[in-house]
Amino acid sequence: MAAKTSTFLDMTQITPPAISIRSATKKFATPDGSAFTALINVDLEVAAGEFVSIVGPTGCGKSTALSLISGLEPATSGTIEVDGKPVTGIPAGVGYMFQSDAVLPWKNVLDNIAIGLRYRKVGRDEARARAREWIERVGLTGFEDRYPHQLSGGMRKRVAMAQTLITEPSLLLLDEPFGALDVQTRELMQDELLRLWSGTGAAVVFVTHDLTEAISLADRVVVMTAGPATIRDVVTIDLPRPRKVEEIRLTPAFTSLYRRVWDSLREEVEITRARGAFRVA
Amino acid sequence: MLLETPSTTATTATTAGAVTPTPPQRPRGLGALIHGSSRHSRLFVSGVRAALVIFWLGSWELTARTIIDPFFYSMPSQIWDKLVTWFTVGTSQGTIWANISITLQEAVLGFFIGSLAGIVLGILLGRSPFFADVLAPFIKGANAIPRIVLASLFVIWFGLGMSSKVATAVVLVFFAVFFNAFQGAREVDKVLVDNARILGASRWDLMRTIILPSATSWILASLHVAFGFALIGAIVGEFTGADKGLGLLINHSQGNFDAAGIYAGMVITTVIALVAEYVLTKVELRLTAWRPPTTTSTAAGI
Repeated sequence: MAAKTSTFLDMTQITPPAISIRSATKKFATPDGSAFTALINVDLEVAAGEFVSIVGPTGCGKSTALSLISGLEPATSGTIEVDGKPVTGIPAGVGYMFQSDAVLPWKNVLDNIAIGLRYRKVGRDEARARAREWIERVGLTGFEDRYPHQLSGGMRKRVAMAQTLITEPSLLLLDEPFGALDVQTRELMQDELLRLWSGTGAAVVFVTHDLTEAISLADRVVVMTAGPATIRDVVTIDLPRPRKVEEIRLTPAFTSLYRRVWDSLREEVEITRARGAFRVA
Repeated sequence: MLLETPSTTATTATTAGAVTPTPPQRPRGLGALIHGSSRHSRLFVSGVRAALVIFWLGSWELTARTIIDPFFYSMPSQIWDKLVTWFTVGTSQGTIWANISITLQEAVLGFFIGSLAGIVLGILLGRSPFFADVLAPFIKGANAIPRIVLASLFVIWFGLGMSSKVATAVVLVFFAVFFNAFQGAREVDKVLVDNARILGASRWDLMRTIILPSATSWILASLHVAFGFALIGAIVGEFTGADKGLGLLINHSQGNFDAAGIYAGMVITTVIALVAEYVLTKVELRLTAWRPPTTTSTAAGI
């Protein structure tokens, strides 16, 4: 065990962590002029190749954390580094899957998947050829010419996944990507994600409010507090890989991890609920 | 921000004068009403339509021959004779085709220049809140001018030739398209923009692949109205002073107390507008082929 830790340390000395967040705070201006604090004093490090899930009560600021890492929003204070470099714009090698559908409704499946390569100045023919490989990899063969409105929700997610992964990101940010899917499709997509991610060496930050999903996918689960969000707890998930999500969640090890994370999260969820009840009353 | 229009949904009428795009899932207008409320065959519908036209024209003809004075109100047979004369013998201003061609050129040119300017400026301002904020009072002011009056000014500036009519058409078309392009560019889904930025889109890429296609349904909705405006601009311009064109023919007929001539001019203008509408609808269907095809062809008829 000790030897293992030291190799891990050695690795971090060679390659900088994929993400390093130090006392990051994010405030938004509200329409009435006051400031709304979404994140406060967040410290988090994600190693290269690590899969981290972030869970927290609804609306606590989990998505805000992703927009800071991706450079879409600047932090109000604190530092955010990706691959050892401070984030100023959108860092190279970042992929982001959004909660809502981000596929272009006016492009067919093939061109939707190829678009990231086209933006990166890859020629049309090569981009399409590589998009075809990804279509096969995400199981959409035969649907190349369909428009998004002709696809099911799960298929659109596959398009979005291929669209993101074709750019070969070294850091993958996922914001409740499967939240809108039915349970069976969601579990299928979780397995697909693990299959496509394994061996890529990409670091993953997966935001969700589904504890089962968080634990069955991740190496570590980060529990956020009710808003303004900060990190309450970090739980290491030492379940073996490769994993099958439907199977792993029946194991005793999973159950005890679930209890451990839920104990931590429950209090925050209760705080959020109390606030909601207070607002209603 | 002053230029801001209520942006809650795309279906609310906007104060700045934007024409709202027709959501594809909603059948349109009177055609949809007819289509939706009855299950009669197309043949029967066409038959009733023909009967209506015959009744309308027949009663007009009949009353003009018996009760009302055809000198003031004219009648279908006189209008038909006038049209036949114009197309076979020619008009007082040369052949009818030359006149139609002039008016059409003015309208089409005005339509293209005005729409292009409206699209470019609308999208640019829609994407840059600062300039939209700065220019808002000027644009609102310019929009409030009864622009048809400018036709008189343009005759002084550009003379009696085509350019003064094109200019009138341009100012009418511009605002119709501008407000829609502006609104369309503002209503682009932020997630689509963020997604494209993450995927590596440059500013130009964003404009070309995200913002323009998003705004397309808004812009296309305004183009239908805009061609009508272009035709109005050209004809009003010709009223004001011209050496050729349908507007001049109508104006001459007015001077000669020739009601049939005015009606004949109207008929020709209407046919042109309908043909243009047909072409625009075809273009729209092509450009929006990616949308769910829920609008039936009958419903799109009106």
